[in-house]
Amino acid sequence: MRHLISPLDFTTEELNQIFDLAASIEQNPQKYAHVCDGKILATCFYEPSTRTRLSFESAMTRLGGQVIGFSDAGSSSASKGESVSDTIRVISCYADICAMRHPKEGAATVASSKSLIPVINAGDGGHQHPTQTLTDLLTIKNLKGRLDNFTIGLCGDLKFGRTVHSLIHALVRYPNIRFLFISPEELRIPDYILEMLKERKIPFEEVIRLEDVLPQLDLLYMTRVQRERFFNEEDYVRLKDFYILTTEKMKLAKEDMLVLHPLPRVNEIDVEVDDDPRAAYFKQAQYGVYVRMALIMTLLELV
Amino acid sequence: MLNVGKIEEGFVLDHIKAGKSLDLYDHLQLDKLDCTVAIIKNARSNKMDKKDILKVECSIDMLDLDILAFLDHNITVNVIKDGEIVEKKELILPKRIKNVIKCRNPRCITSIEQGLPHIFFLSDEQKGVYRCKYCEEKYSEPAK
Repeated sequence: MRHLISPLDFTTEELNQIFDLAASIEQNPQKYAHVCDGKILATCFYEPSTRTRLSFESAMTRLGGQVIGFSDAGSSSASKGESVSDTIRVISCYADICAMRHPKEGAATVASSKSLIPVINAGDGGHQHPTQTLTDLLTIKNLKGRLDNFTIGLCGDLKFGRTVHSLIHALVRYPNIRFLFISPEELRIPDYILEMLKERKIPFEEVIRLEDVLPQLDLLYMTRVQRERFFNEEDYVRLKDFYILTTEKMKLAKEDMLVLHPLPRVNEIDVEVDDDPRAAYFKQAQYGVYVRMALIMTLLELV
Repeated sequence: MLNVGKIEEGFVLDHIKAGKSLDLYDHLQLDKLDCTVAIIKNARSNKMDKKDILKVECSIDMLDLDILAFLDHNITVNVIKDGEIVEKKELILPKRIKNVIKCRNPRCITSIEQGLPHIFFLSDEQKGVYRCKYCEEKYSEPAK
């Protein structure tokens, strides 16, 4: 039995198989409309989420399966003090596969160690968000035609942004990737990621101003400064408007640069940028469903 | 000068930082062993000025000494058999340590999950860096 806790749980070959399956699903969704008949996905969301949870639910429904679950900790037994370990043991009796989001880092690791069914980490605090990474990789692969030879700029909250951490871990396995980390001092990328890049001799640079590096980028990954990651409201207010991508700034970018964003967006990308053909974030959301369909099929061994 | 007798079989942990022997006593869970233990505090040392020494009389396979390297790699571990030193053990940092230190990241699942062991893995052998198995946060000594 396999789980998906970190994007590194799959080899690049296995990821390619998932991407190929996602492409097949996109081309011929009817072929896959009943592959999960009789299967149940449990969505255990201990913190609010719209698109990730709905994306999982859409994926399972499109495969013919059914969905049970909860969408905040208050409506689950966690509010009565139940541990993640106990919850997953019980959920294992009710469902065939589980997607879990939890505000605490490492929660999905704990769940996978006790679970009798495959566990998908749908986000654990500021740590990892591997299905978003699969979505990001599929988007890049489909729109750029490759997953190597890029300069990628990651901008915004690089400290707590789990999508960023997961994406970096996944991208370092492809050749000739150069990272430009664009963040305010307070939201710098964690040291363990910089250590990992140094060990692997992967080039990176940390900068504060987006405009300084925008012309160099093949990909720009924007992130939201997340209120829920701050213990102090003042810090959040001070940092939330630090980066805003506008049509003016987009003039500095390459003609074929892609703008990605895990969504939801607040104001870090001006809505006028949405009409720019380089804006790929809504296509990303569509690819997110296909890749989750492919992942569910893979973990349920229905491929 | 205080004299503590020889042991027949067991360990002599020498060159412990002065005042740290009781910490080692706890970490090695010597309170759970039914054996003779001598704790010598603030012994005179040419090398360290002052040092602690622990003498533990037990079967030599009874103690898990992996943890010593994590706690203090300068400790000398003398293995005793028939009253003689038969081996001076080299301390190697353990790949994994369980329930010795606690993750201090308030966002880590270990901060709320009951009964969850605190497990750290060695992520950088050269620098002796340990990271939490769950959140991957680097372990840092608590402020004194």
